[in-house]
Order: sequence, then C-alpha cells, then structure tokens
Amino acid sequence: MPDSIITLEHVTRTFLVKRSPIKAVDDVSLSIRAGEIVCLVGESGCGKTTTGKMIAGTLPPSSGTIFYGGQDITQLSRDQFKRYRLGVQMIHQDPYASLNPAHTIQDIIAAPLVHHGLTRGEAATRKRVRELLELVDLTPPDDLLDKFPHQLSGGQRQRVSIARVLTVNPSFIVADEAVSMVDVSIRISLLKTLTKLKEQMGLSVLFITHDLALAKYFAWEGRIGVMYLGRMVELAPARQLVESPQHPYTQVLLSAIPEADPQATRRKKHIQLRSMDVPSLLRLPTGCSFHPRCPRFEGESCQQAVPQLVEFSDGSAVACHPVQRERLADRVRR
Amino acid sequence: MQPTLSVQNLSIEYRARRGQVQAIRNVTFDVQRGEAMALIGESGSGKTTLGLGVVRLLPSAATISQGSLVYRRFADGSGSPAREIDVLKLKTNQLREFRWQECAMVFQSALNALNPVLRISEQFADTARAHNYLRGRELEERCQHLLRLVRLDPERVWKSFPHELSGGMRQRVLIALSLLLEPQLLILDEPTTALDILTQRNIMDVLKELRTQLDFALIFISHDLSLAAELADRVATVYAGKIVEIADVETIFMAQTHPYTIGLINAVPTLVGAKEDLTSIPGSPPDLIDLPTGCKFHPRCPLAEARCREYEPELEEVSSGHQVACWNWRTARESIQAFEVE
Repeated sequence: MPDSIITLEHVTRTFLVKRSPIKAVDDVSLSIRAGEIVCLVGESGCGKTTTGKMIAGTLPPSSGTIFYGGQDITQLSRDQFKRYRLGVQMIHQDPYASLNPAHTIQDIIAAPLVHHGLTRGEAATRKRVRELLELVDLTPPDDLLDKFPHQLSGGQRQRVSIARVLTVNPSFIVADEAVSMVDVSIRISLLKTLTKLKEQMGLSVLFITHDLALAKYFAWEGRIGVMYLGRMVELAPARQLVESPQHPYTQVLLSAIPEADPQATRRKKHIQLRSMDVPSLLRLPTGCSFHPRCPRFEGESCQQAVPQLVEFSDGSAVACHPVQRERLADRVRR
Repeated sequence: MQPTLSVQNLSIEYRARRGQVQAIRNVTFDVQRGEAMALIGESGSGKTTLGLGVVRLLPSAATISQGSLVYRRFADGSGSPAREIDVLKLKTNQLREFRWQECAMVFQSALNALNPVLRISEQFADTARAHNYLRGRELEERCQHLLRLVRLDPERVWKSFPHELSGGMRQRVLIALSLLLEPQLLILDEPTTALDILTQRNIMDVLKELRTQLDFALIFISHDLSLAAELADRVATVYAGKIVEIADVETIFMAQTHPYTIGLINAVPTLVGAKEDLTSIPGSPPDLIDLPTGCKFHPRCPLAEARCREYEPELEEVSSGHQVACWNWRTARESIQAFEVE
C-alpha cells in the first residue's frame, strides 16, 4: 500500500442488539490512495455508513486495523492522532440537521478556524471564511455571511457543510449520502464542486451512496465498492463495475434499476432473486451470506465457506465462489 | 371515451404569515381510463398539493380558489361513464364515500401510514366496515386475493402487526389496502422513495402487474425520472405550481421541449450515460409567495428573453397530445444544445 492514505485491514465492527452481537461490518479490507475517489454502494444496513465512520475515526473497529498514511491509528501519539482526525473529515447527509440553526454562516465556518488557531485575528478569519465560500462556489460570499441556515436552500447548506470541512485542510473526505437530500436538479453541480476541490487540493473522497448511477458519475476515474450484509462483495474501477458487473449481487442490483429511457427501461431484463427476504444480521446464512437469494447459487461450496474478496487481472475484486472458479486463470497471485 | 378524471383551471392557495402561497396555478389535465400519469418536478413545485387536491385532503390553510374536478366511474367493459362526480361539490359524507371507493391515495410517508397497534387483518376490516363493504368470509377472500396480487403471502401477513413487516412489505400492504374498495383512480405520492433498489424494483413490478389485472387509472408523483420512464403512459412536468409540459412518456424523454424538462433530464445521471452530458439547473425554485413576473422559469432559463420576463406563456398544443408552456418551444431543444456546446 504505497501512497495509500487510508487502509483498512480485515476491519470488523460488531454491535450488540438486544445482547446479541451483530457484525455491521465484517472483515473489510480496502486501501484508498491520495487523490482517489471510492464510492461505497449497497442497500440500507449493508455497513457502508459504519465503514465511513470508522475511517473518519468516530467509531473504533472491533477488530482489524486502520492505517492513516501507513500508521496504525491506535498507535498514534496525541499529536499524530489530532492530525489524523483533522485530516479525515466527514460531510453528513442532512444539511438541515448538521448546521446549527442559531449561528450565522460566518460563525459556522469561523468556529473551527478559531478553535484550531488556523487564522490570526478577526480580519484574517473573515477573509478566510470568504475564500472558503468562494471555493465551494457560494458567490458572492458577502451575501451569505450574515445569513442563518434556514435562509439557504438545501444545496447552499450542503455547500456550507463542505466549506466548513475544508477549514481544517483535510486530505480525506468521507461524504455520507451527501447529495441524497438535495433536489435532483442541483445534485450534479454539488458533485462538480466536490470534483473540482478534489482536483485542486488533491483530496481523497469516500463517497457513500445507494445510487449506482450517481456513483458511476462521481467515481468516473475511481472505484466503486459494493457491500452486502457487512461484507465487501465486489470492488472495481467505477465504469467497469457498472458496465460488466461480476458478482451476482451487483448484477441483480444493476438489472433492477430503471433507466430514464422509456423503451430501454421496459425492455431491460431483470435478474430474479431466489428469495426477496433480506436475511437478518442476527441470523446470517452460513457460507456466502447471499446464497439463499443468489441466482448463481451452486450448492455446497456457497453454503459452507465464506468467499473472500479475490483480485483479478482486470483490476476487479470479487467475493463469489462460482466467479472465482470460472476466472481461476485471471487471479492475481500475491 | 371520456376521461376518468378531468381537472380544469384548478388553483390552490395556502395562507401563510407572509402572504398567499400560490401552490397550484390554473392547472388543467385529464387522466384517461386505465392510464398511468406521472407528475414530475423538484420539491416544492406543487406536485403533492395537486395530488391532495384531487382527493380534497388539503390542510385547513389551503383553499381551492378556482377550477373544477370531475371524476367518472365506468361500469365493467363500458365506454361511457356510469356515474359522474363533481368532486368540488361533494359534502362531507359524500366525500368520505368518494375517497377510497372512487379515488384512493397512498401517501409519501407510507411506511408510517398503518396503525401500529392493529394487525393487518384488522386494518382491512376497519376500512371495509367504514364503507359498508364486504364482511366475514367474503372480505377475507377479497383481501387475500389482493395480497397475493401484490406478491405477499397472506398466511405470513394477515395476522402480523406492521412492525413485523419490512418497508417494502408495508408499502405493498398499503397498495393492496388502497385497492380494497375497487377505486378507479389511485394516487401514489413518491411510491418508491426511501426504499432500497431491490424493493423499489419489486414495487414497480407489482404496480405494473396490478394494472394488467385490475381496472384503475394511476397518478403518481415522483422526483425519480426513471420511475416515470418505466411506469407512466403520460408525464406532466410541474414547475412553480403549473404544468409546463405534458406529453406521452416517449415524447417527454426523447423529444422534450420545455427548457425545464430538458434541464431535469440533463441533470440526472444514468447507468448508461456518458459523463459530459450532465448539467444542473442553475438557481433554485422560486418563492411561491413572491413569484417572478412572466414565465416563472425565466430566472433559471438559458433562453430567457424580454417577452419571457413580462408575459407568462400558457400551455399550447405543439403536436398531437404534446402541450408546452414556453414562448420558445419551437427552437428550445436546438438552442439549449447549442448553448451547452459553448
């Protein structure tokens, strides 16, 4: 993992639900390079948000190791830990809940600057706040400085959240469903702003979403990881994952999504699942946890052994026994 | 053949502290028998108000300031309506009959719409009792038939409480329940929002199947364009309380003419699409209390010119069944393409 900024090695997170342990994230390994965009997709409860929180350092893993710039985050000194927490920032889903309604935009963005001593004096702080607002395309900034969050649209608020995150010069941003609550008509412009920032500042982004089309658009040059019941089932370059999905779960997901083209969407073949019931995390199926629903179920091997994520020569990684058997020759040997 | 629903010059206003909110402004459209019509647009465009207006379930701050709503019920296999109902003239108890028996609505917060302390069987029985519908054995058979139509196992669901069912199952129970009294018009407000992809697919398939089995027209409100592409026969784009474009689904997606519809479609990433094609619509929807002059879309429209700022265009028929409210409809598609290339 040279030049990786965040690396997860066999990370698991267990929660207690009514005194029984459930694995929200199970044995996930992932390495994200500087300047890379990785999208995590999956249905609700698949562990994508928990993964994001562990990367941002707001939730410790139950087992496994997270590395920041090559160092185990549990072994960091006080100063190093502070640098890590500042370096990895999170943008939340709901811009109506994540900004203090009683503070002006100026106050909201100035607070971290002052707290961390990043600017000297009031004039410098005001200047920096203006710069940050311009950076997130909230122009002219003077129109917004003295406004309160309720006077802004959802899209503008989410831009303020982004500006606030940028105050501490992070190198990594975890964006958890960051555009799901803004109107479809302005999502793209928010993503364009994020892309621009990523390019200007060399940021890495972990973008968590349930929308595969959006993931493909945003991660264009990056990768998409698909999670199912806490495990990473497929990880591949974005366009490749959408255009030639390998894992049966990814294939089912993609086949289920309607297209904005009446003829194409009505002709589209939907892969049928063997069962519509999503297993409970409390009673996960044995072996591959997708096997009771999987259209490619092949009997014993799927029921017995948990498939590991195996890398192939085309850059994809898939956790599925039938796929791995089929592509035996393509496996990347380490 | 006469339509199931005719909406004529309907306007709906809300009283607010700052003034009158013009939520729906002079809207006219028909829904044909058995047809699926989608209302698309951004949040705050008035889609839900329009849906609520049709069943007259508007909050008390709202008034229907003008217009007419006519619903027609057809007997089996007949082309002319057996009954015509002027919805705006209905008295309270007539309204109670109209709702659900003629026109049912499934709300956006559908997952919370079931009574949490009643078993599914009791929710169906309550509805049947309130409307003097079937009872006993007959009722149970009808309900189980409906549950099977929405792909639920009656054995599993009938005696369950809502919390024992998943979101997708509850949504399907509600769709079955809404069809209990054989309405000929069903209004669905964001039927798949907040559901996971595979559950959404299931609901879409269930709705498609229901339409082949039962005789009802459908109005569904959605901000998800691909849902409209998949389910609708006709699509109406709503902006600032007005229908700005209405056409069959093919035309809306392949030859849309209003700059707002063009903008909406260009703003949504698709699985097959190329990256360069996408652009957001600049600005945000207008304040419905203090609407801009002229065409309400002009502050965000790349083609706006003097006349757009002064006069509001009305819907006009640009080809058979395709209506657009834009002064520049003749050239809008080409001009916007040229504009984007720049």
